[in-house]
Parts: sequence; structure tokens; C-alpha cells
Amino acid sequence: MPTPEHGDANAVRIGVYICHCGTNIAGTVDVHAVAEHAGTLPGVVVAREYKYMCSDPGQELIKADIREHRLDRIVVASCSPHLHEKTFRGAVADGGVNPFHFQMVNIREHVSWVHPDKRAGTEKADALVRAAVSRVRHHKPLETRRVPVRSDVLVVGGGIAGIHAALTLADAGKHVTLVEREPTIGGHMAMFDKTFPTLDCAACILTPKMTAVKAHPNITLWAYAEVQAVSGYVGNFTVTVKRKPRYVRDDVCVGCQECIDACVYKVGKEPDAFNLGMSKRKPIYLPFPQAVPQVVTIDPESCIEFKSGKCKKTCVEACADRHAIDFTQQERIETIEVGTILLTTGFKVFDAKRLPSYGYGTYPNVYTALEVERLLNASGPTAGEMVLRDGRTPRTVGIIHCIGSRDEHTNKHCSRVCCMYALKLAHLVQERTGAEVYDFYIDMRTPGKGFEEFYNRVAEEGVHFIRGKVADVYPTAEQDGRLILQAEDTLLGNVRRIPVDMVILAVGLEAQADAEDVRRTFNITCGTGGWFTERHPKLAPVATFTDGVWIAGACQGPKDIPDTVAQAGAAAGEALALINAGHIELEPNTAYIVAADCSGCKTCVPMCPYKAIGFDAEQGKAAINEVLCKGCGTCVSVCPSGSARQNLFEDDEIYAEIGGVLAHA
Amino acid sequence: MTAKPKIAFYWCASCGGCEEAVVDLAEQVLDVVAAVDIVFWPCAMDFKRHDVEAMADGSIAATFVNGAVRTTEQEEMAHLLRRKSRVLVAFGACSQLGGIPGLANLSDTASVLATAYRTSPSTVNPDGVLPQRHTVDGGHALGLPGLYETVRTLDQVTDVDYYLPGCAPTPKLIAAAVQALLTGALPAKGSVLAPDIALCDECARKASKPDALALAAFKRPSEVVLNEEECLLAQGVLCMGPATRGGCEAACVQGNMPCTGCSGPTSRVRDQGAKALSGFASLVASNDAAEIERITGAIADPVGTLYRYALPASLLRRRRVAVS
Ligand SMILES: Cc1cc2nc3c(=O)[nH]c(=O)nc-3n(C[C@H](O)[C@H](O)[C@H](O)COP(=O)(O)OP(=O)(O)OC[C@H]3O[C@@H](n4cnc5c(N)ncnc54)[C@H](O)[C@@H]3O)c2cc1C
Ligand code: SF4
Ligand code: SF4
Repeated sequence: MPTPEHGDANAVRIGVYICHCGTNIAGTVDVHAVAEHAGTLPGVVVAREYKYMCSDPGQELIKADIREHRLDRIVVASCSPHLHEKTFRGAVADGGVNPFHFQMVNIREHVSWVHPDKRAGTEKADALVRAAVSRVRHHKPLETRRVPVRSDVLVVGGGIAGIHAALTLADAGKHVTLVEREPTIGGHMAMFDKTFPTLDCAACILTPKMTAVKAHPNITLWAYAEVQAVSGYVGNFTVTVKRKPRYVRDDVCVGCQECIDACVYKVGKEPDAFNLGMSKRKPIYLPFPQAVPQVVTIDPESCIEFKSGKCKKTCVEACADRHAIDFTQQERIETIEVGTILLTTGFKVFDAKRLPSYGYGTYPNVYTALEVERLLNASGPTAGEMVLRDGRTPRTVGIIHCIGSRDEHTNKHCSRVCCMYALKLAHLVQERTGAEVYDFYIDMRTPGKGFEEFYNRVAEEGVHFIRGKVADVYPTAEQDGRLILQAEDTLLGNVRRIPVDMVILAVGLEAQADAEDVRRTFNITCGTGGWFTERHPKLAPVATFTDGVWIAGACQGPKDIPDTVAQAGAAAGEALALINAGHIELEPNTAYIVAADCSGCKTCVPMCPYKAIGFDAEQGKAAINEVLCKGCGTCVSVCPSGSARQNLFEDDEIYAEIGGVLAHA
Repeated sequence: MTAKPKIAFYWCASCGGCEEAVVDLAEQVLDVVAAVDIVFWPCAMDFKRHDVEAMADGSIAATFVNGAVRTTEQEEMAHLLRRKSRVLVAFGACSQLGGIPGLANLSDTASVLATAYRTSPSTVNPDGVLPQRHTVDGGHALGLPGLYETVRTLDQVTDVDYYLPGCAPTPKLIAAAVQALLTGALPAKGSVLAPDIALCDECARKASKPDALALAAFKRPSEVVLNEEECLLAQGVLCMGPATRGGCEAACVQGNMPCTGCSGPTSRVRDQGAKALSGFASLVASNDAAEIERITGAIADPVGTLYRYALPASLLRRRRVAVS
């Protein structure tokens, strides 16, 4: 007679555990009634409720019951399997039962958190528990697979997050490929002059790290490149990277910039993207003096040689026997194998033109904060001089907070760094120009180390703080280029109209425009607004739901540099932990084809999104490569003769589950 | 000499093809007749229901019932024969799966009767007379069996031991089944007495099917001149082979016609039509909703194509009817 361990579905002994999760579940579900109901179901030998099943005593309960009642199937109804499936499988295994003779029911996210009505919630919990009990009897013993983890890492995005993570991993002896889509690494931080709250010079702290990236023997830096596709799975990803042509060979260019000087264009004609269009650059350029890599780039859109083929090519002459300039360079597609991936793709600033009442794009003296960062920067369009577009130096400056943040019509979130960078800009503008600075805020948010102190300092320096939302920006009657900021001062209770020479919009932070594409490429998830979703908001803030892929920095949500660097270090540490473990345990939820049953109809073969199915022409049968199978189940549902099957998702199990939900209590 | 085993045949809602199939055993039928004692076969021999009723329970070694169950009489006979027989075999697609009569589950009884007795072009019935359960003619009370709303398979009515698939089962399968019965070499109860692998396995054209087939059009056999060697699906014709149990040696394909699915699904599939649908859907060579609509729109009668024999046995069973 078959033992229950070998699948005699009738002879099983099931233990069912209903978790209160404190009041998280017990507040909305009558857990006692659910446990009682479970106790009446066929095969159930023990049914209990307990305050916290995931706690040590909760897990002990399972182990003790297995010993005492000879249980061979376990059902736990608690939270999402994402959180504790591993915990409970572990407890079941410690109790001496195959860990896959276990089924978890989510009565928190699927029941108590989404249903206000206790009676209906309890009925739903009953139904879900019934489903699990009828399914678990069909479970087969399974084994997890172990696969080795490659030690090479891919870091995508070379802002401060990517730079810090890459250096941490490289210092630990791991090989890192850092892919950055712009011609240089550095991200937003490279654009700033100073950083709050300490007013460190951004370049002084950033550029040493940038050059360290370039010099590090364990880092391959591919700037001006983008990831095209990712396949494989944790520990064994295959990544294709598209390297855009610079038309300059990065292996020979020394960054002397003689070519730029020699270009037939005496002055730049193209808006310089790094200076947000506030200056012009030549067709051959370096984004900024400290750019890394120190390799110039030719823009084929504006280069005469590309446009007409008739340029004197003075740049080539200047480069002389280095021969770095190569107009024939082509896009290169590279394929790399890595074990882990860190996404550090950062943010974009809110487009101030979306709120026309602030006059950005209409009145030349309205600037975004990022533009002012460039104006203040010694390598910026004005060499660090605060000069307005009309050539004047501002004597009065108005800063407006929360542009594109905390607003129903644009973004509901608080961008977290704007209050602080607004204070920084207030201080710097006042310091450089002696201008009167009016700072219009809604709430001053300074919750960080040294932040409130910085606010007090700036206030003492004489910046005028006005608590109120600016409703309108319009030119003065004199038409002298000045603008009037009109706001209700909510502290004084009157309407203020303040004429200023310059308006600075503290634009909020938004997810990158292509976040959805990147999310898809790396198979992770995005929340509202496109910020990448962490595995758990508190306990796994840099992991994602895709094993082997981490996120860090502003791509996960708005944050300042210290938090970004902390996350980057955390993500690097978690990747290192996995790499050092050397292998990964894979869920056995893969599909398999029963050769004796397969008719060789080939329906499944082209269907597998992971190309895991091969066809053996000699045998006339299809077969699945278990290592490539991701358990998506496509082949299983498509096989017209039921010959492709899937562990943990056998038809018997699924039909039993459906039957359990539908059976009347 | 020990008595020869007693065998019975019965027909329910069927076309008579299954009876033909028995006769088609040709000379083998004589061997069978010699080896057994046929105690009931309404189509061929003059026994009446009361003869069966008079038999001892369990006295018939095996009864082969073809046809689906639709009338009260068929249901009564199914129960009676079950009681009298040690082995009950559902013979043919209608008995196993509901068969062609099972497509009546797409309609209700009233419209079935209206079509058959009033509106079909070949009907001559000026008074519009419909069959009545009871009528009196010349002082004689006459009765007809009642018609159920839903066509059922034999095993939806009574306990069935084995199934012989096909419309009709091939002589080879019948002979093998009889042989197994006579020698007692029977598989587990509930088995279908045919190979449990889809038709492609035994199809001579299998090798010609491309590894990654994608179709921009589905065609009906009447719309193409079919190549006699190439996989029919590869020629755009919906061949049910991948979703249908083998055992018939791909008889239809040998005749250059696509498999229509009469042998039902393999034991691993609970709904032949649904499986065939997901298999065929995967062949559609487009990801564009409108284009997919256009391609699949060419399938003239999706239910009649995918569920031609197995609607009553499927998870769907029938179209919903308003219950008054
Ligand atoms: C006006 C302003 C002033 C600020 N001032 C301060 C300050 O003083 N102090 C402070 O602590 N914080 C400040 N911040 C916040 C600071 O900018 C962020 O904390 C920091 O830049 C986040 O770093 P990151 O690496 O996550 O993102 P980013 O700096 O945005 O870097 C992301 C990098 O990834 C690259 N990338 C994006 N997508 C891809 C892709 N698909 N493939 C390859 N590469 C990609 C980008 O090109 C970029 O190089 C300020 C922000 C703003 C807007
Ligand atoms: S379940 Fe099937 S289709 Fe999905 S990955 Fe595995 S082999 Fe491929
Ligand atoms: S679909 Fe099923 S029967 Fe056809 S080749 Fe794949 S596994 Fe075999």
C-alpha cells in the first residue's frame, strides 16, 4: 500500500494553522471559527489558531504536532507567501516532512486587509482554507534545486548610487560591469555645486569616486550604453548591452580635448544637455571637465562630416597619431553573463512647463532648481556667476517649493529633498549675489541629521521665509523683466505680492520616463508613479520580487545623497552575501514533459518564453530544460494532450483547490 | 463444457454506426460469436426488454452500450443493463463523451423538436404535429419515452467499467477489447481501451510539422487542395490530432481529412475542447487584437469544431437554459 509520503491522497494527516497576525487578521476574520471549520474538513487531524505563526513558538507548534500527530501535510493561513512561505517550509522540513507537503493561504492581504466585513471575510477565509486543504493532499514530495551563482555583477546607472555600489563590490573582489547611458557617469550629483546640509563641494567628493571607478581593475565601465535584454535567472543572467558609437575610440582617446579646440566650429552651436541648454556645445564634446571616462563624443546630428561628408576634419588632424577619431564606428552589441544585477537608474526632475501658472518657459527669469545648480557651478554655463538670461545679476530672488510635488494634479508624493536643496540654493544665491531671498514654502520639511540646524542657519542669514503657496507669477507693470509672486501668507493671513528679479522653482523628483521599459527588461515591478518596488517596505528595502535583482537610490523613490549611498551599500552587501554563498536554491515549481505521454505535436515548443523546450526529432518528443524553465506554466496550459505538467501546479492540485473554494461550507 | 460467457449489445442515442462497427469485424465477428453467447442485441436479434429483466443480476459477462443517454427509456435500460452485467462498456464516442447527439446541449428540447419536426427543409408536417408522451389512438393508449433537456454520457447515468473510443471504434480496438474481456487481461476499471497518447504519435505526417508553426489563416478542408503528405495543421486546417487520443491509426488523416476528435482526449485532459482551443490559439501568428480576431473568426463553428464529440463530457456540459 502506498504511504502518504508517496501520494496516497486519501490517507493523509493534515495540520491546519490559522494565524491572528496580532489584530491584522484576527481584527477582521473570526480566526477561531476558521480553525473550527478547518477541523471538520476531511483529512484534517489538528486545526489551531495562534497569535503569530511566524514566531519561534508558532513554528515549534507545527514541529511538535508533526511529531505527536504524525502529520504529513501542513496548511498555514496567514500572510503573503512572499513573506513567510520559506519560514514555514523550513519549519515543516525541520519537523521531518517534505517542505513541499505544505500550502500557504494568504488571509491577510487577500482577506483581512481588503474586506471590512467580518462575516464575509471569515467566509472567504474558510473557502481559501478549504481550497488549501483539498489541494495539499495531492502534493508530491519535491526537492529544491541548487545552481551556482556567477560572481560577476551588473550595475545599471552610474549616478552616485551606481558608483558607490560598483566600488563596494569591486573592492570586495567581484567583477562589475557598470552600464551608464550618458557619455559620462556622475548622474545628478555631478551637476551640483554644493550639497546640503554640509555644503561640501559636490565635485570634491564625487570626482574621486568617479575616477576610482575608471581606474578599478575589477570594474568594466561602459558609458554611453544601455541594457537591451536580460534572460536567465538569479545567479545566471545573460545580458545584452548596446554600446552606442561615440565615433571616438575609448581605448586610445586620452581626453586631451585638443580636437574640441580644433573643431571647425569656433563656438558651440548645439544646446548643451549637461547645462540644460543654457550654453552651447560643439559637435565634438566632453559633457563637463571631470567627465568619466575622459573620452570625447561626436554628435552625428550636428557634425559636418556626418551631415555632408565634406568637413576638413580639423579634429582628426589635432588628434594626430593617436587616431582616436573613427567616423565609421558602429553600434556594438555585447553579451555578458552575470549572477546579480543592481539597478541604480535614478530619477528625473518634474517638467515645470506642466504648471504654466509659474511661468517657466514663458518668462526667461523663471528657472528650475536644477538650472540654478548649473548656474552656481564653476564649470557651468556662466562659470559659477549668477547672471540671469538677460545679463543682470538678481537683487531679489523668490524660491517656490513643492513644484510638482504634494499636488493632486501632478504628483501626490513629497519629493523629500526639495525643501533642503531650496535652503541650500537660498544660502548660495545670497552668498554669491547678496540678493534678498524670499522662500515660499508650504511646510518646511527638514527631518534629517543636521537638517533643522541648516534651516536655522539659513534663517539667521536673513532669508525671508513665507509660509504660503504661490498662486500666480506675473510680470510687473513696468515690464522691466521683474516678476511678481503672489501668495497668501498663511501665517500673517494676508495676500503678499513680492516683486523679484529671479524665480527658482523647486521642482520635484519623478521616476525616469523609461521606468516602465526598464522594469520590463529586468522583470521587476513599479508602484504608482513608476518608482521601482522594493520587496518589503521595511524589511527588504533594496531587494525586489525578482531574485538576484536589487534597486538602490532614487530609482526606488525620492531621496538625498546620504540615503542613496546607504542603499547602494546595502544592495551591494546583499548581492555579496548571495555571491559568497556560491549557490542558489531554486523553487522546484518547474514544468516537465512525461515522455511516454508526449505525442510530439510540438505545440509547446515555440510557446516557451524562456526557450526552455527542445524537441528530440529522433524520439519525436519534446523535453524541458529544467534549469531554463521559470515555471510560468505556458507549456502546461497549451499542451493539448496534458503531457506537459508542472510541479506544485499539477491538474489534480489545481482542480482540488478550485473544488475546495467552491464547496459549500 | 463450461457455458460460454453471455454478452449483450444495446444502443441509445446513436446513429447505428457502432452496430455497423461490430459487423465490420468481418470474419473476426464469427470468432466472437463462436466464443460468446449473445443474449441481447435489439438491432440484430429479437430479444425484448422483459427477457433482460428476467435474467439474474450479474449474469451477463459484459454489455456494450453505444449512444448517449437522452430519453427516459435509455436511462432505464442503462440502469437495467448495469444491474444485469458484470462489466459495462461505454462503446463509441456518443456513449463515452456524448458524441454528435451531445451537440443538442447547445439548444433546449423545444427548439430541437421544432427544428426536427417543423422547420427543417426536408420536413413535411403540415399540421405541425410534435411527438407526445401519451396519446390515444383508436381507443389504445400509446406512450413514447420522455426526452430530457440534457444529453448525458453513459457514465453520467450509471457506473461504467470501460470505454471503447471512436466514432465508431475501429475493428482493431473492438477485437482487442473483446480479446481482453475473454482472457480477463483487463486494465484498471475506468480505463479507455486505447493508447493513452495523442494521435500525432501514430500519424504518418508527424515529421512534416514545423518546430514553430504559426498560422495567419485557418482553413476548412473544402477551401484547400490538401497535400497528402504534409501535416494538416501546417496546411492551416484544424486537425484535432494533438488534442485527441490515438488508436485509430489516424484513419481520417490517411483519407486526407483532418482528425475531428472522435476518440476524445487523453486520460490527463478533462476538457478536450478547451485544450484544443488553447493549442490552436497558440498557433495564431499575430499579437494584434484585431488581427487575432480576424484569424480566429475564420473558424466557422468553434464549439462544433472543438467539442464535436465531447460537449456533454466537458466541464461546460451544455449551454445554459432558462429553467421555468
Ligand atoms: C535640484 C536638486 C538638488 C539636489 N541637491 C542635493 C543635495 O544638495 N544633497 C543631497 O544629498 N541630495 C541632493 N539632491 C538629491 C540627489 O540628486 C539624489 O539623491 C541623487 O542624485 C540620487 O542618486 P542616484 O544615483 O540614485 O540617481 P541619479 O543621480 O539620477 O543617477 C542615475 C544615473 O543612472 C543613469 N541611467 C538612468 N537610466 C538608465 C538606464 N536605463 N541605463 C543606464 N543608465 C541609466 C542616469 O544617466 C544617471 O547617470 C538634489 C536633487 C535635485 C533635483
Ligand atoms: S513552464 Fe513551460 S513554457 Fe514556462 S518556462 Fe517552463 S518550460 Fe517554458
Ligand atoms: S504540446 Fe504536449 S504533446 Fe505536444 S510536444 Fe509539447 S508536451 Fe508533447
